[in-house]
Amino acid sequence: MTVSGKFRFISSDRRVREDRRFVVGKGNFAADIVPQGVKHVALVTCPHPAARIVSIDKTAALAMPGVRYVLEGAELAGATNVLATGLDTPNVPRYPLALNVARYAGEWVAAVVADSRALAEDAAEAVVIEYEPLPFVLDADEAYAGGTLVHEAHASNVLLDRTFTWGEVEKDFSASPHKLKHRVKWGRSSTVPIETFGVTASWDPWREILDIWASIQMPKYPDQTAMALKIPMSSVRVHYDVDVGGSYGVKRGIKHTVLVGYLSRRLGVPVRLIEDRLENMRGGDMHGPERNFDVEVAFDDQGIIRSMKMRALDNVGAYAGRSPFQLGKPVGAIVGPYKIKSVQYQAIAVVTNKTVQEAVRAFGQSPTNYAIERTIDEVAIRLGLDRIEIRRRNMIRHEEFPYLIPSGSTYDSGDYHTVIDKVLAQAGYGDLIAERDRLRAAGTLAGIGIAACLEPSGGNSSFEPLLNPKVGTTTWMDSCRISIDLVGSITATMHTTSAGQGHETLVGTVVGEVLEVDPDKVRVVRADSLNSLPSNSPVGSRMAIMLGGAAFHAAKALKDKLTAIAAHDLGVPAERIAYKDGNAFDTAAPDRKRTWAELVTIAHRHIHKLPAGMEPGLSVSHIMPVPMGGGLPTADGRVQMYPCYSFEFHLMLVAIDPDLGKPEIKRYVIGHDCGTVINPKIVRGMTMGGIAHGIGAALYEEFAYNDDGLLVAQNFMDYLLPSAHEVPPVEIVHHETPSPLTVFGQKGSGESGYLGAPAAIASAVNDAVRPLGIVVNSLPIKVARLGDMIAAARDKLR
Amino acid sequence: MKVELDINRERHTVDVEPRLSLLDCLRDKLLLTGAHAGCEHGVCGACTVLVDGAAVRSCLMFAVQADGVAITTIEGLSPGPGELSPLQDAFCETHGMQCGYCTPAMILAAHALLSKNTSPTREEIVDAISGNICRCTGYAQIVEAIALAAERIRGQNDPVRP
Amino acid sequence: MKPAAFEYSRPADIDEACALLAADDGARVIAGGQTLGPLMAMRLARPSRLIDIARIPGLAFVRDEGKEIVVGATTRQHVVENDPLVRAKLPLLAKVMPFVGHTATRARGTVGGSLVNGDPAAEIVLVAVTLGAILVWRDGGESQSIAASDFFLGPMVTALPLTACLAEARFPVWPEPRVGVGFHEINARQSDFAFVSAAAQIALDADGCCTRAAIGIGAATAVPLRLDAVADALKGQRFDEARVRELAKAALAGIEAMADLHASAEYRKRVAVTMAVRAIADAYQDAARRP
Ligand SMILES: Cc1cc2nc3c(=O)[nH]c(=O)nc-3n(C[C@@H](O)[C@H](O)[C@H](O)COP(=O)(O)OP(=O)(O)OC[C@H]3O[C@@H](n4cnc5c(N)ncnc54)[C@H](O)[C@@H]3O)c2cc1C
Ligand code: FES
Ligand code: FES
Repeated sequence: MTVSGKFRFISSDRRVREDRRFVVGKGNFAADIVPQGVKHVALVTCPHPAARIVSIDKTAALAMPGVRYVLEGAELAGATNVLATGLDTPNVPRYPLALNVARYAGEWVAAVVADSRALAEDAAEAVVIEYEPLPFVLDADEAYAGGTLVHEAHASNVLLDRTFTWGEVEKDFSASPHKLKHRVKWGRSSTVPIETFGVTASWDPWREILDIWASIQMPKYPDQTAMALKIPMSSVRVHYDVDVGGSYGVKRGIKHTVLVGYLSRRLGVPVRLIEDRLENMRGGDMHGPERNFDVEVAFDDQGIIRSMKMRALDNVGAYAGRSPFQLGKPVGAIVGPYKIKSVQYQAIAVVTNKTVQEAVRAFGQSPTNYAIERTIDEVAIRLGLDRIEIRRRNMIRHEEFPYLIPSGSTYDSGDYHTVIDKVLAQAGYGDLIAERDRLRAAGTLAGIGIAACLEPSGGNSSFEPLLNPKVGTTTWMDSCRISIDLVGSITATMHTTSAGQGHETLVGTVVGEVLEVDPDKVRVVRADSLNSLPSNSPVGSRMAIMLGGAAFHAAKALKDKLTAIAAHDLGVPAERIAYKDGNAFDTAAPDRKRTWAELVTIAHRHIHKLPAGMEPGLSVSHIMPVPMGGGLPTADGRVQMYPCYSFEFHLMLVAIDPDLGKPEIKRYVIGHDCGTVINPKIVRGMTMGGIAHGIGAALYEEFAYNDDGLLVAQNFMDYLLPSAHEVPPVEIVHHETPSPLTVFGQKGSGESGYLGAPAAIASAVNDAVRPLGIVVNSLPIKVARLGDMIAAARDKLR
Repeated sequence: MKVELDINRERHTVDVEPRLSLLDCLRDKLLLTGAHAGCEHGVCGACTVLVDGAAVRSCLMFAVQADGVAITTIEGLSPGPGELSPLQDAFCETHGMQCGYCTPAMILAAHALLSKNTSPTREEIVDAISGNICRCTGYAQIVEAIALAAERIRGQNDPVRP
Repeated sequence: MKPAAFEYSRPADIDEACALLAADDGARVIAGGQTLGPLMAMRLARPSRLIDIARIPGLAFVRDEGKEIVVGATTRQHVVENDPLVRAKLPLLAKVMPFVGHTATRARGTVGGSLVNGDPAAEIVLVAVTLGAILVWRDGGESQSIAASDFFLGPMVTALPLTACLAEARFPVWPEPRVGVGFHEINARQSDFAFVSAAAQIALDADGCCTRAAIGIGAATAVPLRLDAVADALKGQRFDEARVRELAKAALAGIEAMADLHASAEYRKRVAVTMAVRAIADAYQDAARRP
């Protein structure tokens, strides 16, 4: 089973086993799990962007029917440890409920527990809170400049401000004949899964176990829960068999969990909090990056970009969380697919009086890709070069891999030029340009969008020590345990939740491939956190590599064990044994063999026939670190971020009605290379879903605030998720450049599509409006805003 | 209030507060958890059920309004334990889902379409599911699933059950 | 997101519904619930009692009364959408119905609910204003009629007395043989409420000249606008885009357009002209196709 060899199940168009339970409505989602006697939480939230909490009067609420408890911040903070944050910012403490001061509109101030959610909401209205409004700041530039402080004790609004210099930036700049500088903005949006976050906690004081069922996608969830609640991690049992109704990064309800965990311990009953959509949008702390980029590049007459300076200022909202790390991960692909020799990167995270950010699909990479790609387009225009040609000139060539970029990551493999060729062929690039020009001649604004982006995959922790030297976590693991029971059935255990990525299918396919058995016969189950092996959950586009890798190695070890048993029982050296379809035979005498049933029986019952010293039974665990992981950053901040790099090339045609400003995607072709595809249906779905999400971020979705500091896009009438109408048919062109670092050559695809769609749409819109002399440099490009810009430009031209 | 509901061709009498939505009634009182809450304000479509064969949002109906109509939930669609309807099977064939949260509603919306029109165009399919938001898939494999089911149903020449 | 508690009644007839309204200041009618439901879920509306009129016999109908097509208040939107009578005699109403929300909201939402809700972006409201529909309500056992243009007072504000219940909407039928309609709206996503919409109905003579026109603009201002000056000026005219644009521009020059999160007032004002021109163009074309 080599990388180039043919696979039996890998890459074949098999069904996704998880689907059967979903199509009949038998998913097991957080809200479906209702322990006997469970009580319900509703939240009292702050109506001001910043306010001192003067008093909380719970009397009326407590007197209402069915009300069990009203919890306020002081009690909770007194009984729990502050929530973990990524950066070393002790003066920016974060608790589930505001303590003394609330710092954004929608922040949770008190929690009501009642017999039903409706009763809890009734009582939440009756909690009387006196506030003293405080000055607030919403804008990142203003916050960076100082003035109004979000956390007085921190004495600044800056959580992170690091400048890295990799290579001879100033020298490359002064040696280059051309420079270009511009600012592009990425607006505040997020992944917004259709299922909100939900969690139920149930404390059993006799067993001293806190059972947790949550729609979670989070590394370090059980440990952070335990630490905050001041109980041993061995007292927290997180059930990983809960189906998660979409996450794409954000389902990390640690504050929700600490809240209900505390309440369950305090009240001695199971307690649950299923966010409603308002709680989710305002105070669920799941907004995504909001970033201003100042990018400057130095290049020569040929358009070869020699050096780049990028300043990324991110508005992370009122508390730190993990979100500032989203400025760190893009360090691993800071030059995109290009051979930019030197880079200066300033990463700044500021707090403001907005909702807290969480990890969003690609962990900050998509905004960075957008900034890079917008810049490449502008360089091409400055020089009058074709926008694809300039990319080709700057791109790393197939034969140059593995390729070390200035910031310390080595790209594993790629064949960017071939992917581009395939896409241009599929699209009929010449025809596409002709079509654009025909539309233009007919009075429509039309533009071609181009984006070439990387998807770093195999999620690793390197950004943590990079941005916070106190954190020594140099790699992350994932694991798989496989057992063959005494009647010969196979059960593989995974150790985290899933949110639609098809991990059960992944494991089944890999185990089937290695053990040469029908993948559908491989049972895949999930451990709970008390009997699980290490997993860092499905983040950073890592599971095909990491869970797939762990399953491979565990299955391989079992296969080796079966072979060793056969060799011993047949009395021949192990090298002479061939394993085929579960049976093992002597290659020198093929009819001398041991069948699957015989081998299983020896391992489980005829222990006396085992090789001396061999462990009986057939159960193997494999814990795998991230390939290339484990290194600490150098003093100048160079580190291998993620191991594998998928590539995508987007090409699209957009038409804009000049009177309305409404962009319409006429054609969309994407070339996608994530190495060996394990399941084509899953990879296609990820890519399509990522593109749809990218269309949302580029054109529709924005957590907009008004001048009073209130979130105005707080429900689904105003925060616009693309519907089937808004997502055009997309043609996907596949290419496979296997990764040398993984067991089948696979790379990640969990974030594909999203990494380049916003950049490509921005590229297309700008190509369309350029004849009017305008540039659109912030996302999302909303219809009426674009319409107003076009109208102003036309007035000027008139 | 007592209300008599006809759900998946079975009668149920439930005692509800008037403010209980049909969605919460199905989920909490009848343990039919295939209908999901996504927004509870009528936009996402995750709560879709069939009322007299038409797709409606169960978060925008109160249980007390639901007597005397025939309600079909996703649980009423599969022909028997372990069996799938043609639409459900088509969704599996094309992998018309990821997390599965929007899926029961999507299938019911599609079911309502196909019970009136077994030869829908792409536009008709898109329009029929445009009130159901899916955040995972980008819709392509959902649209394909519905087209595939339509094709199979036409092949069968077997009317879809209401 | 659970509504505040309320009582629920299902009156047998419309007068009983009015009596229930009169008996309780906090009571509200529910028809399709597609607007009231979300408002209640967010507790922006908190009626003490819901009076469910959806099953009152005789309130859901589409009736041909010759000069008028009468639509009962509780007629579901999807019924109107698919009604052959509406298609044949009220082409403008038929044209806008697919734009009213989604298939699933039209299955429950009613024509009367949309009218009473009085959203300036609602397509049915626009058609009622454009065509000059007559709305009929019951109050204290009596019926009262009012012109649509007098019914809508502001965004979600109507002339309907608190104790009244809308019974029907009477849409005038144009007897001319060559009647065409046009409708355009712009929004971010295709099925959202419009930022601006325009509806036009035009009758042509055998030479393609306009004999009668009705033109309305929705969503731009607090209540839908009728562009009667434009309609009058079109009389006797063939379609001339430049002239129509000038007319629409002049008619819309002084409007006070609304602004919100999604679109500026300037956008609404400017695009209203575009929408009007396109709707009128479509209406001419549609009429010209008829024998
Ligand atoms: C996702 C979504 C999208 C939508 N998109 C659109 C759209 O694009 N265009 C559009 O126009 N609408 C849209 N709507 C709203 C539309 O679906 C509603 O149907 C309509 O606005 C109200 O009708 P209803 O029968 O549901 O009324 P209800 O919600 O039952 O009532 C609305 C109001 O009218 C009152 N009322 C209703 N009937 C009467 C009566 N006969 N007498 C007195 N008072 C009465 C009620 O008391 C209430 O105040 C959308 C709704 C949703 C959920
Ligand atoms: S939950 Fe009913 S439409 Fe979203
Ligand atoms: S499958 Fe996850 S929302 Fe549709």
